[in-house]
Amino acid sequence: MERHFERDLAELQQRVLWMGSLVERAVHQAVRAVFEGDENLARQVLSEETAVNEMQMEIDERVLQMLALYQLMAADLRMVLAISRINADLERIGDQAVNIAESAQRILRHPRVKPYVDLPRMSELAESMVRDSLNALIHKDVEMARAVLQRDDQLDRLRDQIFRELLTYMMENSAVVFPAFELILVAKNLERIGDHATNIAEDVFYIVAGRDVRHQALDRR
Amino acid sequence: MNSTTATKEFPLLKVTVSDRARAAPVTEPKIALEALTVRYGRRVAVDAVTMPVYRNLITAIIGPSGCGKSSLLRALNRMNDTIAGVQTSGRVLLDGQDIYTPECDVIALRRRVGMVFQQPNPFPKSIYDNVAFGLRINGLVHSRAELDERVERALRQAALWDEVKDRLDRSALQLSGGEQQRLCIARALAVEPEVLLMDEPASALDPISTAKIEELMFALKQQYTIVIVTHNMQQAARVSDFTAFLLSGVLVEFSSTPQLFTNPADPRTEAYITGRFG
Repeated sequence: MERHFERDLAELQQRVLWMGSLVERAVHQAVRAVFEGDENLARQVLSEETAVNEMQMEIDERVLQMLALYQLMAADLRMVLAISRINADLERIGDQAVNIAESAQRILRHPRVKPYVDLPRMSELAESMVRDSLNALIHKDVEMARAVLQRDDQLDRLRDQIFRELLTYMMENSAVVFPAFELILVAKNLERIGDHATNIAEDVFYIVAGRDVRHQALDRR
Repeated sequence: MNSTTATKEFPLLKVTVSDRARAAPVTEPKIALEALTVRYGRRVAVDAVTMPVYRNLITAIIGPSGCGKSSLLRALNRMNDTIAGVQTSGRVLLDGQDIYTPECDVIALRRRVGMVFQQPNPFPKSIYDNVAFGLRINGLVHSRAELDERVERALRQAALWDEVKDRLDRSALQLSGGEQQRLCIARALAVEPEVLLMDEPASALDPISTAKIEELMFALKQQYTIVIVTHNMQQAARVSDFTAFLLSGVLVEFSSTPQLFTNPADPRTEAYITGRFG
């Protein structure tokens, strides 16, 4: 017989996955707005931010009710606690997407600083981390979560590289300071998105194995 | 079914966001209590309670011992009539008809509003005869085949059929406590009531049997309107759609269950559900 709360828990998980797909889409559209100089895409991201915020509040309400109405234990309790944290991470990813979309609007008022090479690589990597952290959550797949954690260092290295390169451009030509600075912000936001995906992957460890792997060296994960 | 939920549509994203997660659906009231008062001699057990009992939903009544929960429940099918010295005033409307008028047929009322008690109380008869009892004395069936069918249906509704189908002629007293309670639910369901009153139906049962009864209630509300009295707040939280908090016979708060357990309106409710009472 299906337990009463299992239905509510399944619904809660569904809503988190919905929220995940909303922010995934927002990130993808925001970086495309930068690379393609597409103002419409940027505006779309900004207009859809409300949906993500509303969804965050709905999920918080569901978590509150699950905690108040059911005496959750063990794996169920860990799942609901982790979902509460994942919800916050997803909302922050949504915010980073908005930041990137705003940068896109400012960047397209200037001539292109340079061909985009590392930035698309960085966005692909960050997007794959978000996607895989959510897939790891769906499938309760610790190996997939581990792979997300390992990609975070790669993302940080790309960010450093982009910072260095853009700084050089800025030093050479003060006319590009403004758009180059915006591109640095985009890289910074992508790096933060990777951090939130890492948090989600760490929560998958917590859900599946009951192990808290936050704040640990990678080799101990 | 209406809903108290406010929703926002985001058509481009194919998503609707709701402001309440498990929002209580609202249906028509099946029963309406209007200033219901129950007195035992000079003592007031239920003090002018006015509240609805919504159709096809589970309403829980909670409160400390002696707060009048069981007296209120028993007033809903006039079981208090059987206790000497009880005086009832106010109105209880079942589908709009006052059950306390002299014209009300109490036997018919109790067939429409069935009851399950705290202690499983099967008759010392076979499993089959327990379920068939109400059907026989009320003359509700006309053939053995029809009786068989109604007994099976009631046992299936009570999620007991698979466990007892091969031993229907055995004594009901040989069943476990949990099975006996589900048998009593089957006995109540056999006469096809509209409302099921449950007075601490799981307090004498182990956790597994309790879970079974709770899931059963969840399934039964599709067809019945259920009122449950429980001193177990967690149980009220788990199973009910609406909760009434009673204190010294007074209805302190009646709210949707998620509302009452996450953000109660009255400080006394808050004190009670957080265990800070007294």
